[in-house]
Amino acid sequence: MQDLLRRYGFGLTLAMCLLVAFWLVMLVIVPNITLFEQSFRPYLPVTEVGGPKDVYSFNNYMKVFDGDVERSFLGFTFHIPVHVYTFGLTIFYSMVTTVICFVMAYPLAYFMAKIVNPKSLPTLILLLFIPLWVSEVLRAFAWWIILAFKGPLNALLLGVGLIEDPIRWTNMGYTGVVVGLVYTYVLFMLFPIYNAIQSLDTNQIEAAEDLGAPWWKIHWRIVLPHSKPGIASGSVMVFMLSAGSLLVPSILGSTTSQWFTQTIDQWFKDALDWNTASAYAFLLLLLCTVFVTVAMWLFKVKLSDIAK
Amino acid sequence: MSAGIDLENVCCDFGTFRAVDNANVSIRPGEFFSFLGPSGCGKTTILRMVSGFIEPTQGVIRIGGEDVRGKRPNQRPTALIFQNLALFPLMPIWENISFGLEVRGVDKATRRKKAEDLLKLVDLPGAADKMVSQLSGGQKQRVAIARALAVEPQVMLLDEPLSALDLKLRQHMRAELRAIQKRTGVTFIYITHDQGEALAMSDRVGVMSQGRIQQIADPREIYNNPVNGFVAGFVGENNVFEGTLGTVAGGMAGFDTAEGPFRARISAEAAGKPVKLYVRPEHTLLSATPGHENSLPVTVTEVSFEGAFISVHAQTEKGKILVAEIRNDGQATVPAMGAKLYALFAPDRAALLPDANVRA
Repeated sequence: MQDLLRRYGFGLTLAMCLLVAFWLVMLVIVPNITLFEQSFRPYLPVTEVGGPKDVYSFNNYMKVFDGDVERSFLGFTFHIPVHVYTFGLTIFYSMVTTVICFVMAYPLAYFMAKIVNPKSLPTLILLLFIPLWVSEVLRAFAWWIILAFKGPLNALLLGVGLIEDPIRWTNMGYTGVVVGLVYTYVLFMLFPIYNAIQSLDTNQIEAAEDLGAPWWKIHWRIVLPHSKPGIASGSVMVFMLSAGSLLVPSILGSTTSQWFTQTIDQWFKDALDWNTASAYAFLLLLLCTVFVTVAMWLFKVKLSDIAK
Repeated sequence: MSAGIDLENVCCDFGTFRAVDNANVSIRPGEFFSFLGPSGCGKTTILRMVSGFIEPTQGVIRIGGEDVRGKRPNQRPTALIFQNLALFPLMPIWENISFGLEVRGVDKATRRKKAEDLLKLVDLPGAADKMVSQLSGGQKQRVAIARALAVEPQVMLLDEPLSALDLKLRQHMRAELRAIQKRTGVTFIYITHDQGEALAMSDRVGVMSQGRIQQIADPREIYNNPVNGFVAGFVGENNVFEGTLGTVAGGMAGFDTAEGPFRARISAEAAGKPVKLYVRPEHTLLSATPGHENSLPVTVTEVSFEGAFISVHAQTEKGKILVAEIRNDGQATVPAMGAKLYALFAPDRAALLPDANVRA
């Protein structure tokens, strides 16, 4: 702080501190606190707000357990509250997205970090970034077109002869959603892994090879363990962003797919019940955090590793 | 089990740059062979070609008589010790050492046993469960050696492994490496730019410059009978005279310089090439009276007492500075500054040598 004062003087330091404080308090803390407080209060007509019925309770949170539906899985038929079911599927398909992103990003990250000629690396990174210059909405719609019944993907597969009849990609459960999420968030997986692998001493890879290790053993014992923090931070980012994404599931979702964020969105905009919507939003945040913490504990990753 | 290595007309190009030019060397099984040269002379390239990380552009490399071209490093009976050692920081020491066995599908108990045996061999018992970061530089060095020995290589390749250690430890590890090599009987190929290291440890030394092997011989031969000026200069100090070659007869030749005529040894190969006269400082004597040949009047300009020897700088009448080293036997007289003396050297202690063998 004194360093800051000496370097920028009193006026500038004060201005910087106030701006940061404004951003933190007004744009982060206050809105969240407001929603958090609202989430414990019932949804009431305006005239009754602040009245005798306006008391704190967990009722909004308990609403996820309302409305059982019958589902079957692997021949088992069971009853499950519809929102819990949606939440479970959201977590599950976010994991699927994360795994697909990892499978795609790891080889590319290794290629970029250790194989490609450093001179062509900037070009490669530019090529990877160009899609990010396009708005997320347009990218989602682009996939909607690609996956369309008479779209280019079906045309290509028909042309190659891999399929005989066109496939309704956007009406196959969560297929479209997962494709869109992978496309949107794969770079969030790529760059942390790239950074991690890049910091690996190439001599270690060569030493392992010299000691007789085949390529998969080198990856399993040397490269993967070294890049674990990068994989972990990439996975946390992709998982959290996927679970919290609204746009992609809204555009690329099918009639049989429902994302938990869409449920929250419906509480906000269709039911106009901000209280329950807030409760659901905090549930999503809390449960995702718990889930990530457990996953990190299972994979023996520390928070300090990720922060690196 | 150890194997010999033969390099036959081996060349290696990086783009238009020729890193190794026409290397021919035959390293015997069980030999401690050093490649000595300044950085960028191609010695590391030779090592990487033998280990399989680089393929030669031309020529054949044989390990134990077998042509290894096209074989990957993991298919060759060599083990490389990297300059920075490249130990695996995320594995405990015993897993580091037994990594090569793990790859070969050896079961865990046998691996552990082997790792502990090797730790005893390199004089580091009890370190099996430590992590790499807990060891000192010298200990890491031993672990790297143990890790390479674990796969029972026929050839060990060492890429300046002592360069990161401090002087005391380096001298200790020299003796240690030499002892381990003798104990295991494995062929060692050692890369270094430190002439002391190469001369002290090796059975034979190959001196390299600009991609070419200049001379292959045992350390004494390299120091006493260098084949050219580069070798003479790289493995020791010299007083050098330029001049014109006179008559050559019986391995000796006259040599006319600005300082006067001298007589010195010359080899059959050197005769006919442009040569210079090289005299080691320890063979340059200082005397109050002139000798009957190879003698020139000098004035002492600098005397530095180094303990085991006394280094004297003396200026000739033409202004050239000569260096003479006098062994301190306890009675040696230290010449006074400004003393007028004669510098002498025996004709068979001086050599007429051509310049380095380089590409035109």
